[in-house]
Amino acid sequence: MTTHTPHVDVHSGAHTGTTNYLNNTSGFMSWAGTLDHKRIGLMYLIGVSMAFLAGGIFALLVRLHLWSPDGALFTNEAYNQIFTLHGAFMVFLFVIPAIPASLGNMVLPLMLGAKDVALPRLNLLSFYLWVTGAALAMYSILAGGFDTGWTFYAPYSLYTNQAVISIGLGIFILGFSSIFTGLNFIVTTHKLRAPGLTWFRMPLFVWAIYATSILQVLATPVLGITVALVALERTYHIGIFDPRLGGDPVLFEHFFWFYSHPAVYIMVLPAFGIISECVSVHSRKPLFGYKMIAFSSLAIAIISFLVWGHHMFTSGQSTYAMFAFSFLTFFVAIPTAIKEFSWVATVWKGSIDLNSPMLYTLAFLIIFAIGGLTGVILGVLNVDIHLHDTYYVVAHFHYVMMGSISLAFFAGLHHWWPKMFGVMYNESLAKLACAIIFIGFNATFIPQFIMGSRGMPRRYAEYAAEYQPFHQASTIGAMILGCGVALMFGYLLASLFAGKKAMQNQWGGVTLDWMTPTPPPLENFHQTPVWRGEVYDYSTLDLRSTQTPVS
Amino acid sequence: MSHDGHHSIVIPAPGPEFVPHTVAHHFDSPVQEFQACKLGFWLFLATEILLFGGLFAAYFYFHEAYPETFRLGGQQLNWKLGAVNTTVLLLSSWTMAMGVRSAQTSQKKATILFCWLTVLGAAIFMGIKFVEYKAKYEHGFLPLFGGFEVADWFKDTHHVMKDVPHGHMFFAIYFTMTAIHGLHVLIGAGLILWIIKGASKGRFHAGYYLPVDLVGLYWHLVDLIWIFLFPLLYLVP
Repeated sequence: MTTHTPHVDVHSGAHTGTTNYLNNTSGFMSWAGTLDHKRIGLMYLIGVSMAFLAGGIFALLVRLHLWSPDGALFTNEAYNQIFTLHGAFMVFLFVIPAIPASLGNMVLPLMLGAKDVALPRLNLLSFYLWVTGAALAMYSILAGGFDTGWTFYAPYSLYTNQAVISIGLGIFILGFSSIFTGLNFIVTTHKLRAPGLTWFRMPLFVWAIYATSILQVLATPVLGITVALVALERTYHIGIFDPRLGGDPVLFEHFFWFYSHPAVYIMVLPAFGIISECVSVHSRKPLFGYKMIAFSSLAIAIISFLVWGHHMFTSGQSTYAMFAFSFLTFFVAIPTAIKEFSWVATVWKGSIDLNSPMLYTLAFLIIFAIGGLTGVILGVLNVDIHLHDTYYVVAHFHYVMMGSISLAFFAGLHHWWPKMFGVMYNESLAKLACAIIFIGFNATFIPQFIMGSRGMPRRYAEYAAEYQPFHQASTIGAMILGCGVALMFGYLLASLFAGKKAMQNQWGGVTLDWMTPTPPPLENFHQTPVWRGEVYDYSTLDLRSTQTPVS
Repeated sequence: MSHDGHHSIVIPAPGPEFVPHTVAHHFDSPVQEFQACKLGFWLFLATEILLFGGLFAAYFYFHEAYPETFRLGGQQLNWKLGAVNTTVLLLSSWTMAMGVRSAQTSQKKATILFCWLTVLGAAIFMGIKFVEYKAKYEHGFLPLFGGFEVADWFKDTHHVMKDVPHGHMFFAIYFTMTAIHGLHVLIGAGLILWIIKGASKGRFHAGYYLPVDLVGLYWHLVDLIWIFLFPLLYLVP
């Protein structure tokens, strides 16, 4: 190992050693007005974490209410608002921006050897648009709430006497935040790669974020015009979605899912990217099927635009359209399975380090296999007619959105935590929290699969008594899950104040993000690095960097 | 940004009436800056097309559903005013292109002149649009003031659109599409005024004309969308 020279020239130059992006300047404006992608990523991380906690509290309230068949806590109207808030907060404020805007912002320019994203001002604007959208969401709660479900289906969303316009405006603005982030990352990936860092030498996290960004740019505008039209319907009754006036609510569903199906992949592709990094680094092995994983991200991005109709099998499409959408839906499984198999093959015979990021990764591999395969079942036309709008669907997409995406987010958080802050969290507690989250998550949603397949409809505030054991099991599971998440946030925050110093290269990564000082300095690299050699080539790892604590 | 050996790249001004341009600190070269910003702007234009794409989809859907409504609705519009506006926008695209060309060749006065001509085109377009909207308002097609609802538009029994199914639907689409397009004309005119301000200070020249180029692209897109709107709305087949 000692005979190898690192394949990257990172001239450490004349840096002082103690100045990094966290402490090079101080004061409120040095953060609020920063153009540094790492600080913006960190502010996003705080923001999306708060949205996640709020959405999580709404979820626990929903579960507690469903403890008894008549509803244990709220009136039916209040329940409708709370599950809507859970969905809207989790989807628009957490899952969509979570990985790209926080970890992506933090890591993508590092991985490319760039000083910053290509358009730093636009990056800061994206963040403030997110804040504005979040503020409008909060305002909508104060202004009476909204009870449409996160899907805002017409015609109910046109008639309900609640704060639909303000949350619609919030979603419109959040959409622009998402578009600008994606646009920025596409340009950064195209134009700011370090010399020698060709497309097939980029880490797979970059490939995943790149595919995500294409979806963000091409799908989100359609959501924007859709919510704008809903607002016009509510103010002027123009009639496009209103069946009383000759409009068509199914057109709303087409528009909505034209965005919101690709949005599922906006959420999950970055998670795939994190998993690709984690299986490679923590198995210390090059990724099996690197190019296949890279291309499968793009394939998923393309196919995702062609399957939106599978959300509308009971909405009144032509039978032929349903055949086509069902058939195309099965195609998504192919690139997705390529990824899953490639990850498993990467771990195979690797030098596996069962640390907390890897445990979260392994939990992801199990949960995502379940979440993905149950989705294929829902793609079958006649089965979906039975399962549509039941808890089976709820359990399926929570296995993907909560189980897979959030766990991947946690994996990434644990993976890059020492890089971001130069400190290590309590590893024993981290493993414990991972186990609690894994158990709690499955305890929450396996009962939902069962009761859904037996006909329990989603979104109901009351239910038939025969489903009570499943609902109670699910509620207990949700409490366990909540404890695990609370524990995780607890030890992560504690590490900032009392954590041990991390190593310069904590896990022995060989991508460029691990080749800057830890935490990185203001412009990431003291000189633009020059990349030589292949990606994930662990023979070039300088082991000393994994044993040198941060200064 | 000048620390730790970083030094700014400065593009010199071609003459005393111009000012030099400093390349943003995180770019390695002026070419990288130019290409990055241009790629970003093309992507932004793609999002604009998709935003209008939803409206075009709604147009075709309801045109298919209510062909007679759309045929009769299109006849209520003044195609001559629409044609004049199309000509005005096409000419303004030419003046904008000349403005970009003048910036590229460091002709400060010509840049400012052509940009003003483009703003004039935008003003004429919006003026004619106003005349059209006013006529529609007086005929009771436009529910902007007084708490009208579209559903109430056609309660007037002598109304020409009352005999076709959902007569308001054409005008719902017409006003939504042209209003959002008009908003883009106003934004474009505002951006060109910003370019004029920068050009007066001598910021744009052969070494650095990126903002002029990008605003020009935006203006061409605004023009392009109108070229589709005009036949679809005024010349309904």
